[in-house]
Amino acid sequence: MTTIQTSMPEAGKVIPRSSAWDRLWINRNWLAMWFMLPAAAFLILFLAYPLFLGVWMSFTDDRIGRGGVFVGLENYEWLRDDSIFWLSVFNTLLYTIVASAIKFAVGLYLALLLNRHMPFKALIRAAVLIPFIVPTVLSAIAFWWIYDSQFSIISWSLIKMGLISHNINFLGDSNWARASVIFANIWRGVPFVAITLLAGLQTVSPSLYEAATLDGATSWQRFRFITYPLLTPIIAVVMTFSVLFTFTDFQLIWALTRGGPVNATHLMATLSYQRGILSGRLGEGAAIATAMIPFLLAAIAISWFGMQRRKWQQGTDND
Amino acid sequence: MASVQIHDVRKSFGGFEVLHGVSVPIEDGQFVVLVGPSGCGKSTLLRMLAGLEKITSGTISIGDRVVNDVQPKERDIAMVFQNYALYPHMTVAQNMGFSLKLRGADKSEIDQKVNRAADILDLRRLLERFPRQLSGGQRQRVAMGRAIVRDPQVFLFDEPLSNLDAKLRVAMRAEIKELHQRLKTTTVYVTHDQIEAMTMADKIVVMQDGIVEQMGAPLELYDRPENKFVAGFIGSPAMNFLEGTLKVNGGQPWVETANGAKLPITAAPAAANDKSVTYGIRPEHLEFADDGIEAEVVVVEPMGSETQVVARIGTQDIIAIFRDRRPVAPGDKIHLRPRANSAHLFDKETGKRVN
Repeated sequence: MTTIQTSMPEAGKVIPRSSAWDRLWINRNWLAMWFMLPAAAFLILFLAYPLFLGVWMSFTDDRIGRGGVFVGLENYEWLRDDSIFWLSVFNTLLYTIVASAIKFAVGLYLALLLNRHMPFKALIRAAVLIPFIVPTVLSAIAFWWIYDSQFSIISWSLIKMGLISHNINFLGDSNWARASVIFANIWRGVPFVAITLLAGLQTVSPSLYEAATLDGATSWQRFRFITYPLLTPIIAVVMTFSVLFTFTDFQLIWALTRGGPVNATHLMATLSYQRGILSGRLGEGAAIATAMIPFLLAAIAISWFGMQRRKWQQGTDND
Repeated sequence: MASVQIHDVRKSFGGFEVLHGVSVPIEDGQFVVLVGPSGCGKSTLLRMLAGLEKITSGTISIGDRVVNDVQPKERDIAMVFQNYALYPHMTVAQNMGFSLKLRGADKSEIDQKVNRAADILDLRRLLERFPRQLSGGQRQRVAMGRAIVRDPQVFLFDEPLSNLDAKLRVAMRAEIKELHQRLKTTTVYVTHDQIEAMTMADKIVVMQDGIVEQMGAPLELYDRPENKFVAGFIGSPAMNFLEGTLKVNGGQPWVETANGAKLPITAAPAAANDKSVTYGIRPEHLEFADDGIEAEVVVVEPMGSETQVVARIGTQDIIAIFRDRRPVAPGDKIHLRPRANSAHLFDKETGKRVN
């Protein structure tokens, strides 16, 4: 395609001027662009395009099988007066905050335990990952049985122990249903938090703990002044991901309750699916999905600024 | 400040014993260096003194108190780690004041003590920096500052200079020694570098395979090593060893090597004639002579103040150091004469000194 002139041109011969296209092709800066193009095309096609299409759809009255017209903020005005939408926002926030907080606490505790010396360490660490590996729908079915109104093993055990006299209607009662799906989400999400934090814990040099011990720190003080501050960067990352996953959760709810009873467990994602796909009102479904974006951006912003504050990680390295 | 008594201390990991009954008395204010090759148990001994490892048997006392079952923080010791173990998320000042903060000292007291230590170590300008922003030598000083702030009874150093480059190591060596002369705190210092041991110690403890081979003042160990290991370990370049048999024929005794070279000694040791011995002679105790052992020069290393010559006697290489400049070149035949009164004799089987 192109040749690079390395020898002196022979006298009398005319040097061919390279065309603009040729120059574009060999220019170093443009070359980088060419190399990035496949990845960029991939991202645009599968990430940016659906995102913008979704946002655009939320401003139309699209229905399945029939293109709509631009209606401005009409969908959002509808949602503003829609109590079920606001219930789903409340549910989503409750679900995210409670589940993430407990996942963090339990995950951190588990990580600290797994970081100790114990027999069968590798085996136990692997076992902790199991809830994360099992397909969500499969574990949802298991939970479905555990929460069954008649055959629930929990109800059965509690009755046998004489603690309650009637079966608990786990998925039939609003508050029980919320607690149940939150528990199932925690069960699934803890391994991710625990294993990631464990990886973070293992980067902390043992001699720091020894130095702190000699400095007179109790085990709580070692956690408070050494482990926790050194772990904050990884906590910020893992909790951002955890919050994002939880906020956008769909599978578990859909497999367990489909948003019931009486919308008590409807999250924004499930409501969006129900309105947009099942009811066919794509525009409205897209509006609900789009309404999630500000929350997600806020979650990212918090962790981003949280990470930026840590001065000790920056500065010049003099090694 | 306090004396330290290490008495018949043993340490096992699982069923494997790494320290086989070590006893080291340390006087108040002494600078003691534990030295030995890696795996000799010197770091383990230091960590037991610090309370980071359990003592399997034996006793360690600091002052009048047996500390076997005393928590590390109650032992009133401070330790400088090989990798410094500075808290990366704390500034220099916070690093140094951490122990005081944990002790519940008020802010003005912490500031005052941190500033005093910073002045001693010339760290004033760096107090607000984070460890990342410091050079290796500065980190080392902060680690020492953290120890000084606590004003402990005993300082413990665990190979503190091994992460520094050669030039900085020499400078820090002097700095630590000066610090000790100034504070006069009892110090136990672990290193594998015999030069550090020689230059810094009041007393050197040479260890190997979990036992103490010899302890004493640096020059004592240098001049009269009790066994072949200590003789070879202390001193650089290392002592030359030549295998031979002892000949005591009435008058002047000597050691004869397999190829017939006669190595002079002053007095006949209390050992039988024809005994197999190892003849040790330090490089600087070899002299040029007209009638000494014949050797062929292999390598000449002029260093300015002195010249190191690697010479071959039979099949064995020995090193000699000369202060006077003499034109020798590889391939030259020279004659070397060991100074008889500086020769060391070791039993070939046990390695023990016999003269």
